[in-house]
Amino acid sequence: MTSDINGAESLERAGLDETTWAELREIADRYPEKRSGLLPMLHLVQSVEGRVTPEGIEACAEILGISAAEVNGVATFYTMYKRKPVGDYHVGVCTNTLCAVMGGDLIFERLKDHLDVGNDETTEDGKITLEHVECNAACDYAPVMMVNWEFMDNQTPESAVQVVDDLRAGREVHSTRGPRLCTWREAERVLAGFPDDRADEGPAAGPASLAGLSIARERGWTAGAASDRAEGESK
Amino acid sequence: MTDTLTPVLTDNWDADRAWTLASYEERGGYAALDKAFAMTPDDVISTVKDSGLRGRGGAGFPTGMKWGFIPQDNPRPKYLVVNADESEPGTCKDIPLMMASPHTLVEGVIVSSYAIRANTAFIYVRGEVLHVIRRLQRAVQEAYLAGHLGKNIHGSGYDLDLIVHAGAGAYICGEETALLEGLEGRRGQPRLRPPFPAVAGLYASPTVINNVESIASVPSIITNGAGWFAGMGTEKSNGFGIFSLSGHVTRPGQYEAPLGITLRELIDLAGGMREGHELKFWTPGGSSTPLLTPEHLDVPLDFESVGAAGSMLGTRALQLFDETTCVVRAVLRWTEFYKHESCGKCTPCREGTWWLTQTLARLEKGQGDEADLDLLLDQCDNILGRSFCALGDGATSPISSSIQHFRDEYLAHLTHGGCPFDPAASTAFAPVGASA
Ligand SMILES: Cc1cc2nc3c(=O)[nH]c(=O)nc-3n(C[C@H](O)[C@H](O)[C@H](O)COP(=O)(O)O)c2cc1C
Ligand code: SF4
Ligand code: FES
Repeated sequence: MTSDINGAESLERAGLDETTWAELREIADRYPEKRSGLLPMLHLVQSVEGRVTPEGIEACAEILGISAAEVNGVATFYTMYKRKPVGDYHVGVCTNTLCAVMGGDLIFERLKDHLDVGNDETTEDGKITLEHVECNAACDYAPVMMVNWEFMDNQTPESAVQVVDDLRAGREVHSTRGPRLCTWREAERVLAGFPDDRADEGPAAGPASLAGLSIARERGWTAGAASDRAEGESK
Repeated sequence: MTDTLTPVLTDNWDADRAWTLASYEERGGYAALDKAFAMTPDDVISTVKDSGLRGRGGAGFPTGMKWGFIPQDNPRPKYLVVNADESEPGTCKDIPLMMASPHTLVEGVIVSSYAIRANTAFIYVRGEVLHVIRRLQRAVQEAYLAGHLGKNIHGSGYDLDLIVHAGAGAYICGEETALLEGLEGRRGQPRLRPPFPAVAGLYASPTVINNVESIASVPSIITNGAGWFAGMGTEKSNGFGIFSLSGHVTRPGQYEAPLGITLRELIDLAGGMREGHELKFWTPGGSSTPLLTPEHLDVPLDFESVGAAGSMLGTRALQLFDETTCVVRAVLRWTEFYKHESCGKCTPCREGTWWLTQTLARLEKGQGDEADLDLLLDQCDNILGRSFCALGDGATSPISSSIQHFRDEYLAHLTHGGCPFDPAASTAFAPVGASA
């Protein structure tokens, strides 16, 4: 276990500032067993460092009392953790089957071309990191693009190019059913369990989410209430 | 008679600021708590058993029975873990639910935790859905402030803490024991069973793991009664579920209906297939469930009937593809997904998905020969039933079912020397009337 004094020493070694150390410890303390904090702790490391750094790994290891190799083993297992610096905006194009067929492949090709980067690469200005991603649970809005893990629904190659151009030019961009986009580092901080103030932005649901409900409203269909339905009524 | 669509979980999604506590309470939200607290935990379990609710995460295991497996004489703490990893390709119901009405889930967590006598619960949500995580964090915070969470909830003497935990990108963490590994801060690799999580799950303690939609259904069952729920659906598949339509249909989206509705009815409600096109193949419950064809349009979408048709109800993730779609391309892409997501723990899946991808990629390019189809089926044979978890099994579903239904299309790639389809024709932005 780390004493306060050792903690102070490691602070020098690991190069993370005191606030970050305190917040990493705070994450670990949320759980009945500290090690459960590791995934959110690595999100916090990314929000501070722009990637998973050796310093960040050391800090997690020290706080959790496990080896750096163990932390590293975890960090390399999950795809959201990045070894190379990520740009201000992580742009993920869904190329799982349904989105690919609906246009995701063409969108991804167009963006690679337009940004002059390959998969998992960052533009020279450090603004955009492009990656193809797996199904993001938004198939009813295909083809889907994620920017810093916010939904950009029903994209076309043209709309996708517009989004990245706006982002590079510093214009404000909104998720199609969510808030103003924040930076990737800010997003990682929320994933670490430190909420920002954007929960109330954006709608409750996009149009596709409401497709069935709208029909039920039009036709007066309901699931009824207990009183409308005798217990054990046959089907 | 039951109406064709039965909004329960989706019923407040069109309410003003539906995600807020104020909006949720205005519609009677959190009333199920007092009703549940007036019952014994065992009575809550019985009610859920009587309702016939079966797990909505894919396998359809009876929820009340699962809760009953928790050994209450075990002195260790009990835990409830909500599986909000939703990563099975095609599945897109839990995410909009948590975005629109996170309090429905939180209320369900409280009632369910009370039933199994857990004082700590977790929502393990995939990390790639930032706004959903914000809404969950906010809902939990609001619930604490309102006294729905924390100590002595509603004066009942019952305490519950709820922790929202963001994952970090790994499909396998949807598998319940891999999820527990992730939640314990480890690589997400499935655990050997037994012991089952009910006996030794999180921190080697008795643990219930349930899907978001399963848990979110609980408050309505407590409020309206087991008979109300059991009065919907079919003989052995009770209640309602969210059916997710995606792909080449006029109005893709979420349709909440009693189990047993057919795809024909759903497509009809969704305005038909996109104009000028017809259904070619579909998944009933995500990419791990064998493909079906228009021949199966009238199969009741319940656990038994879809099983009898040679597939699985799964997560009701209805991905619809029309005749512009190349089935070989579709299957190759899913197979690449399984290869990428294989956790590497067991050889049949780790090596097998690699070989499957090689063989399929060759076929898709029009190389190889007809014997490769048998090779593929052979490779599937070596994975199915021999893998450590269901990911490996799932990887074989699209392949064997597509060869069964579309053998000729594989062969066409060989005679054509490559894919005979125009990928532009299948896109959402293809000009109307474009064809392959
Ligand atoms: C590879 C794989 C991925 C899975 N992904 C999910 C998932 O994202 N969400 C989910 O609820 N269940 C998922 N499951 C099923 C879970 O293991 C488990 O059966 C389920 O969470 C139990 O909840 P239920 O009984 O309420 O359905 C997955 C299973 C496998 C094998
Ligand atoms: S079947 Fe695949 S995902 Fe499951 S344990 Fe084996 S290697 Fe891992
Ligand atoms: S396939 Fe792209 S979001 Fe599901």
